[in-house]
Amino acid sequence: MTDLSLSNQALATRPAPPNEATAFRLPTQWIGVAPFFIFALMFLILPTLYLVVGAFQRGDGSFTLDNILQLVSDPSISSSYWVSIKISFWSAIIGAFAGLAIAIAIVRGGLPGWTRSATLTFSGVASNFAGLPLAFAFLATLGRVGIVTTLLRDVLNINIYAMGFNFLTTSGLIAVYLFFQIPLMVVIIVPAIDGLKKEWGEAAATLGATQSQYWRMVVIPVIWPSFLGTVILLFANAFGAIATAYAFAGPALNIVPIKLYSQINGDVLHNPQLGYAIAFGMIVITGLANVFYIWFRTRSERWLK
Amino acid sequence: MKSGKFWAWVVFIVGAAYFFIPLMATVEFSLRMRRGVHSFDAYQIVLGDARFQSTFLYSVIAAIFTIVLGVLIVVPAAYWIRLRLPQLRPIVEFITLLPLVIPAIVIVFGYIRMYGSNSPLPFLGSNMGANALLVIGYATLSLPYMYRAVDTGLRTIDVRTLTEAAQILGAGWSTIIGRVILPNVLIAVLSGAFLTFAIVIGEFTMASLLNRPAFGPYLQNIGANRAYEPAALAIIAFAITWGCMSLIQILSRFAPKSANRPN
Repeated sequence: MTDLSLSNQALATRPAPPNEATAFRLPTQWIGVAPFFIFALMFLILPTLYLVVGAFQRGDGSFTLDNILQLVSDPSISSSYWVSIKISFWSAIIGAFAGLAIAIAIVRGGLPGWTRSATLTFSGVASNFAGLPLAFAFLATLGRVGIVTTLLRDVLNINIYAMGFNFLTTSGLIAVYLFFQIPLMVVIIVPAIDGLKKEWGEAAATLGATQSQYWRMVVIPVIWPSFLGTVILLFANAFGAIATAYAFAGPALNIVPIKLYSQINGDVLHNPQLGYAIAFGMIVITGLANVFYIWFRTRSERWLK
Repeated sequence: MKSGKFWAWVVFIVGAAYFFIPLMATVEFSLRMRRGVHSFDAYQIVLGDARFQSTFLYSVIAAIFTIVLGVLIVVPAAYWIRLRLPQLRPIVEFITLLPLVIPAIVIVFGYIRMYGSNSPLPFLGSNMGANALLVIGYATLSLPYMYRAVDTGLRTIDVRTLTEAAQILGAGWSTIIGRVILPNVLIAVLSGAFLTFAIVIGEFTMASLLNRPAFGPYLQNIGANRAYEPAALAIIAFAITWGCMSLIQILSRFAPKSANRPN
């Protein structure tokens, strides 16, 4: 009786005996994925759509574009977007290239074996070491009485705060965000570099390719999609990050997630609908980054064929 | 080749310096509470703080519920997609990646507005409801990691044969998932669980906006008001994250590499 097999699609869709009509089967097809879809709908998709719709409404529910326009016209909001985009973009780009350099060094650089496993283990930890504790660690290091700050001041007579160093500047936050951005890149890109077969290098060399040709025409095209995908991930990662920056300055720092945080907590912008618009803007930016990635990836894949 | 190796060392050492100097400085700073000597005072104060204990316990419990909820949602779905509905795979993968695209603060903002005390589903109307909503939010955040871990685990076992064998022996669906599939992907599930734990334990945004007495808001409060305790807390948090990642690595040694081996 092979008919017992419910798991075989071909058998399951074979003309069934009358008492096993297809109408009876229909719910069982979906029952396994139903909790997942209901959960995703209720707690991921609908709440997000709720904000998106709210971004285009006045308090009384009528349609308006005012909230969206205010994102651009209100200088404190548009500048917060700008600062956030700058921080996320540069921390993603610098993190990506630094992570790539470290990954290449440990995979291809001829370093002893322990460097690879140590780096990968550490990267797994550091990529998840974000938020408030990360800020605390940097304050203990480079804060006004931090260990490195005082060492530099007492030993080398360099006062970094007099030189304009501050965590609350764009570059200060980028330097801190790199602490989780670089390891995340390492964790994701090392498997991609591992995927480069040794034979390809030998084949290229046999065909007379120089080292730079090998890199340009073999290595970069192969790791490019996962590299770019990770850059987008790093961007979104930094764009939504709030706890680290909040620990440095509380609500004072003008980046989008902190702006939204204050707005949710106390309607500091005196327009409840504006919060929806800020959230909508955040989704649009991370969403656009992903659309850009998908578009680029399909292009590069076509080129690879 | 020689210069390549040189540059590899340079990159490695510069990278190691960037990552180790802050950690070592934090350790050093956390030991400086008593003037002139190194002491564990900051750790003693933190660990002895009743609020530390209660908020940490709260977050641990929230993390455990998050893991249970995540497993209940993800395992049946990933299993079912492998078994019966492979055509849904792209949709499900897309949905599980959404929490990486939609910032946590946006998701929780949606919850606050949609499930407020005047809404048809007033999660935020009661304390228990708000706790549940926090767990739900955390489960959403962990969805990308949980799904990928479970799906990788399922790839290494022969889902179809196991299911058919169980069915021939007369097992129902709950028995198949609970006693056949789940034990086989347990290691994968546990990896996802520890990662979830590491993410959830110090999470700030959701806990703070839902006004829950969790570890994240406590950390924020200490960070804003104390000097040496935050450094000690940073080291404790780093140790917890390290512990979770080590457990994942240890577990991965027990994981089957592939069940579809020809031999």
